[in-house]
Amino acid sequence: MPDRPTRIDLIRNIERALRDESLQRQMGKAMPASRKARADAAAELPEWESLRSAAAEIKDHVLANLESYLGQLESQVRALGGVVHWASDAAEARVIITDLARSRGVRRIVKSKSMTTEEIFLNPALESAGASVVETDLGEYVVQLAGERPSHLIAPVVHKPTGEISDLFVKKLGVPRYERPEDLARVAREVLRAEFLAAEMGITGVNFAIAETGTLVIVENEGNARLTTARPRIHVAVMGIEKVLPRLADLSVFLRILARSGTGQRSSVYVSLLTGRRRVGETDGPEELHLVILDNGRRRLLADPDLRGALRCIRCGACQNECPVYQHAGGHAYGSVYAGPIGAVLTPAYEGLEQARDLPFASTLCRACADVCPVKIDLPGMLVELRARAVRTGLAPRRDRMLVGAWTFFTRSPARFVLAGSLGRLAQRLLARGGKIERLPYPLSGWTAHRTAPLLASRPFRKRWKPPQEGPQ
Amino acid sequence: MKPVALFVTCLVDQLYPHVGEAAVRVLERAGCTVAFPEEQTCCGQAAFNNGFQEEARVLARRFLDVFAHAPAIVAPSGSCADMVREWYPRLFRDTPALGDLARSIASRTYELSEYLVRVLGTTDLGARFPATVTYHPSCHGLRGLGLREEPLGLLRAVRDLRLVELPDAEQCCGFGGFFSIKFAALSGAMLSAKLDTIEASGAEVVTATDVSCLMHISGGLSRRGSRVRAMHLAEILAGS
Repeated sequence: MPDRPTRIDLIRNIERALRDESLQRQMGKAMPASRKARADAAAELPEWESLRSAAAEIKDHVLANLESYLGQLESQVRALGGVVHWASDAAEARVIITDLARSRGVRRIVKSKSMTTEEIFLNPALESAGASVVETDLGEYVVQLAGERPSHLIAPVVHKPTGEISDLFVKKLGVPRYERPEDLARVAREVLRAEFLAAEMGITGVNFAIAETGTLVIVENEGNARLTTARPRIHVAVMGIEKVLPRLADLSVFLRILARSGTGQRSSVYVSLLTGRRRVGETDGPEELHLVILDNGRRRLLADPDLRGALRCIRCGACQNECPVYQHAGGHAYGSVYAGPIGAVLTPAYEGLEQARDLPFASTLCRACADVCPVKIDLPGMLVELRARAVRTGLAPRRDRMLVGAWTFFTRSPARFVLAGSLGRLAQRLLARGGKIERLPYPLSGWTAHRTAPLLASRPFRKRWKPPQEGPQ
Repeated sequence: MKPVALFVTCLVDQLYPHVGEAAVRVLERAGCTVAFPEEQTCCGQAAFNNGFQEEARVLARRFLDVFAHAPAIVAPSGSCADMVREWYPRLFRDTPALGDLARSIASRTYELSEYLVRVLGTTDLGARFPATVTYHPSCHGLRGLGLREEPLGLLRAVRDLRLVELPDAEQCCGFGGFFSIKFAALSGAMLSAKLDTIEASGAEVVTATDVSCLMHISGGLSRRGSRVRAMHLAEILAGS
């Protein structure tokens, strides 16, 4: 069901997104606001750059000692009465969680926002196992009602104008048409409240897992994750192996950079530190706590020195907000769970470069992502590396080979370069009209689809150059 | 007199030789003697950015040979300077001797405005340019080389030039080399957003440190029938 057999047709997806006027309007409104919020929040802290460095350092330290921290986390969670499950891939994770639901007779499940559960396509599996699953993050709830997938790491519904959400609620919930976001939130809250009360199982992601104490940290703004973990009898937390942090003290760095990078908040509204299941004498919290720790390609990435840094990612979404490609394409165009610059690295790494071969090329290498990444992931360097791998493994399209082949042929010596100019000027005579070129043939036709082409100068610089008296050097 | 070697860049050489000549005039005005090593061609960025690292390495090798002994290498392009500075050392990381040469050359390579302001400490080159101008900070100069104030400082010192702010200036124009052809519609959409801000700025001239971005921007302006002209920073600084 979920495993993707076909190639992601990124170029067609992007073209479709560009024709979607409502998407373009919505992104044009939402993205600049997110960027400004982040920039203002970062500028407020004089220590911002040192926080970024500290965060990157801690993550690298964890990645260098990953198995030992995971072992420590496992024993701490066990000591607190939790059960730890190891899933090597998405299918294993689905089996673990659906078996849990089945064996405990779970019929109703609430979920808080988790990209990791998106990555393993959990909801359809649970539904096939006979349970109802309700997303309780407002954005995720909307996405679920619409039968879509989240388009952004932290703002799953950023692609959807409010008006469409109003229509969706009328259609799916049979409520009057509300225009204001706060009224829509109230409607959702009423529906979701009943779900929280009825659910036997709550499923969440994990932002940070503390090896030292076995604490699972969940960051959110709506309080739904807190209800998801407090009310149902069983809590299942799903995390990638890279989410572990050594000590509770490390949180101070990460909570600050995550909130400011993601939403521009000084702090997220709810930060839950969950240490073990309900203990004797306690009145709330789950009776059972299960922690599912997922590999799903991460250890392979860890063994890849050029791309390993992508495992530092804390899923803040800043690179998406900042990326001019994401801003125009929207998240769905990337055809995968993870969109934007980090998605262009993770999707080829997790799902295979062959299927995702176009993703690393969908960037001008403008480096806006690298500038804002709170854990300093070298995203442009990784995109360049993945492009090189695509070329080395024969995945580059013919047009690229033609263009680059011609370019490198003609730039290999000054004589060839001068010849290229002469040939170009001959061709130019046929193509130019009134001192302009408005149409170029394949493979350059993409240029003139959107712009006038420049004319080659009648004599190149090197022919016009007159060395000063003594000659060069 | 400071001796510098001009890396004119392949696009300037064939498409915009007057920009190269302007760069020479500006450097001479700033007290440099300019050499043009005639064996130079292209830094290889177009191949490199597209994943063709072997091809890029051939061109980078040539660059290292041509400029091995140059005291300072100045290019009228933030993007090409950044290619040499940021990527050459990585491109040769597995060959120690070339890696050392690449790092040495990287440390001697500058974008024009960077060289003028950071190395020579000049901002006023005695230029005069009577027009309303806005400045687009090209990504590789801005985020690669960290050029923010240098080009603006040079522009502020130009007589009769009225500098106006470009809204959302730091957004990429959408050029991206072969990206502009492969992802033509997307590149066109990014360009269109950039052109809107250029026209909204009220400028008669948009300038930048890179002819590549300017080629894309001026192509878009021309297609739109806009009256705004695109000019390289060196052309403005050479004005008198």
